[in-house]
Amino acid sequence: MTSAPRAAQLGLVGCHTCGLVSAVGQAQCPRCGARLHPRKPDSLARSWAFLVAALILYIPSNVLPVMYTSMLGRGETSTIVHGVVEFWKSGAWDIALLIFIASVAVPSTKFLVLATLLVSARRQSSWARLQRARLYRFIELIGYWSMLDVVVVALVCALVQFHLLGTAEPRAGIVFFGLVVVLTMFAAMSFDPRLIWDGDEE
Amino acid sequence: MTHPGLVICEYCDSVYRRSALGDDEIARCGRCRAVLYRASRLDLDHLLALTLAAAIVFVIANVAPVIRIAVSGMHNEANLLQSIAALSHGSGLVVGLVAAATLFVVPLLQIVLLGWVLVFARARRRAPGFAFAMRWLHRIRPWSMTEVFLLGVLVAIVKLSGMLSVIAGPGTYATLILTGLITLIAKRDVRTLWDRLPADETVEFGE
Ligand SMILES: [Zn+2]
Repeated sequence: MTSAPRAAQLGLVGCHTCGLVSAVGQAQCPRCGARLHPRKPDSLARSWAFLVAALILYIPSNVLPVMYTSMLGRGETSTIVHGVVEFWKSGAWDIALLIFIASVAVPSTKFLVLATLLVSARRQSSWARLQRARLYRFIELIGYWSMLDVVVVALVCALVQFHLLGTAEPRAGIVFFGLVVVLTMFAAMSFDPRLIWDGDEE
Repeated sequence: MTHPGLVICEYCDSVYRRSALGDDEIARCGRCRAVLYRASRLDLDHLLALTLAAAIVFVIANVAPVIRIAVSGMHNEANLLQSIAALSHGSGLVVGLVAAATLFVVPLLQIVLLGWVLVFARARRRAPGFAFAMRWLHRIRPWSMTEVFLLGVLVAIVKLSGMLSVIAGPGTYATLILTGLITLIAKRDVRTLWDRLPADETVEFGE
């Protein structure tokens, strides 16, 4: 493995915002003025709070309809999963898969990965550190693609406005879903990946 | 006491000495394999030109219709801003605000702040409010979602084409170009500007 020293050992701290390395003990980065801290404050507690809030809202976001559409007098509401099934039935399996990944697989993965990271970081576990570090960067990278369904609902509602012939309106499910995406992003940002490696230098 | 010759991995806190990179080389952390820094191919003139191009395309992407639909002799079209407004209808206001922030406000801020910083950077100067602009560029970067909008347009076209006749409008092509430009200019690490531009004698932040 590597023998690179860690900042805490050398009494150094890196600025999150501009990257400058300075000695521990200053409240602000001398170059950009951002607040300096060796670890994100209350990282685990904050991350858990956002994650639990996201999990709670994930239920109504899946149960409640995301959109109401009426075409030629026939009105219906649809949930996220319903939308995936519709695409699948109509033969657009690739789009069905895309929405499934963005709306179901990505949020579920984020929940599982973040919970695993939070539990193992609290226990200062040395288990699979490199893999956990990679998992964190992975969910950081994919997290925001979940916003896909929000965009689709917005476009359909803006376009299908024919009054008598047909209309489409957003419903509460999409509000909860949008909040879930934002909360999981906050949860991932609150987690300090450096906690994964604490204890590695011995 | 600061150490400009050192770099700390923001993912695991390992400390390294900076070394010069060849073209296209990437410095990675030996402990967690995260990217430490990369060789920047774009010079400031290119970066500014791309930012100006992004500004023009941004306007087109927001004003021009992204999708046109037609059914039974009636037709309709919508652009990005109209879509956000349609989402904000009634109880959708909260998610409408999220969409407005990630699809409109953040990309706009990225272009404006970067443009401001770069105009002065060409003259080898730090712009007024340089620290403020750089801090915000860093802070809003994860919330820029133009590429998600592009994918959403694609999905909406397929979704509606079952029952209506649908065509992609000029806004879609502008969004495609904007996605590429924003990836080029704002997704890369603009933090090197801190090292490339010498600080003025005047300190920009108080205390
Ligand atoms: Zn690292």
